[in-house]
Amino acid sequence: MPNINIHNTHIISDFEYYAPETLQEASKLLKELGKDAAALAGGTEVIVKMKEGSRRPKHIVNLKKIPGLSGIKETSDGIEIGALTTIREIETSPLIKEKYPILYQSAKVLGSVQIRNRATVGGNICNASPCADTAVGLLSAEGVAHISGPDGERKVPLVDFFLGPGRTVLAPGEILTSITVPKMAPNSKSTFNRVARASMDLATISLGAVATMKNGVVDDVKLAWGTVAPTPMRTKDVEEFLKGKKLTDEVINETAELASKSIKPREKGRSNGPYKRRVAKGFIVETLSKLRES
Amino acid sequence: MKLNIKINGKPKDFDVAPNTLLLNLVRDDMDLTGTKYGCGIGECGACTVHMDGLAVLACMVLAVDADGHEVDTIEGLSDGTELHPIQQSYLDEGAVQCGFCTPGFIMSTKALLEETPSPSEREIREYLNGNLCRCTGYVNIVKAVQAAAEQMK
Repeated sequence: MPNINIHNTHIISDFEYYAPETLQEASKLLKELGKDAAALAGGTEVIVKMKEGSRRPKHIVNLKKIPGLSGIKETSDGIEIGALTTIREIETSPLIKEKYPILYQSAKVLGSVQIRNRATVGGNICNASPCADTAVGLLSAEGVAHISGPDGERKVPLVDFFLGPGRTVLAPGEILTSITVPKMAPNSKSTFNRVARASMDLATISLGAVATMKNGVVDDVKLAWGTVAPTPMRTKDVEEFLKGKKLTDEVINETAELASKSIKPREKGRSNGPYKRRVAKGFIVETLSKLRES
Repeated sequence: MKLNIKINGKPKDFDVAPNTLLLNLVRDDMDLTGTKYGCGIGECGACTVHMDGLAVLACMVLAVDADGHEVDTIEGLSDGTELHPIQQSYLDEGAVQCGFCTPGFIMSTKALLEETPSPSEREIREYLNGNLCRCTGYVNIVKAVQAAAEQMK
């Protein structure tokens, strides 16, 4: 065995390696190996966690040999994005940029080019980080997770997919295969706001918004947030409040106030609750002002 | 595990442990030490190489994932002793001080100019934001990228 990792202290632990070639085989393996196993897609999360020692999987199940899990397809009612599609593929897809701009906006801010060339949308979703950028974009676009498991296939709207930090509805042996996104209204406007300490840092707080106006009032709006709760979240109460309203200064300020109460940030920590509620208000004012001008 | 990887244009067989990283393989098995081990966790970009033409971080790619793919490192850039225009521009513009980050920057620059032959300063800065330099600073690096773009037209 070669002498590896002699350069620094970031040791990547030893593991058994599996590269199943079918979904059935992968599901069976992941179910059998249970908690000791980690599924590998782009590796930009799991490999870092292994180096930092926060995860020590005994088994790595590489999903990248399974055919059909990658790529962006236009369907009759929207698009289907394979779970192994890289963030960079989403960012550079002309189809996404033109017809699903919120997905473009939320992909291009994730990490660096090098990370986006490896990181996958399925990995970003399944890691279930509260700050997952693509989750925010996909939530505001009403994405649906397609899951394959030992007991067959099922679909779960992304809004119901996350259970907590690092926790999802995926049962042992279940694999996210793709995410579908319904067609977006051609007259809809998308905005993505994000604050982070430095450009390639994880988001401190983010807001993805997709809205349509009709006769000067808000016809439909979806607001999805990152890093304001244990999971990426929608604020449906705020959306309902906005529907049918004309975007006057008063309405915008009321909405900002409501949003700041609707989010559920951690009160303590470096970016604490009071800070995030304040930024959230600013995001709402900016988003709705842009929408009003459009 | 038996792998075959085309490194800098030449196919080569390897036999590695599954937890070998592409960076270990490049530096230890191939003695291609131009690619640097910086942070090891995807923050600094010093280990940037190309896999099938895309800039990736060799410290976060398992060697097994490079099986059957083409990997290009900084060593593959020059033509003998004739430097690649990007390498020459980094020297000419004083974009190199200690030089540790330079191979990563140059590999990212190459990927950028292949995608966008005439990038704006903003595009350059956005594309290179995964590469950190702690001594020269970024002004001369941006100039070097612009000079290289000009020459490669």
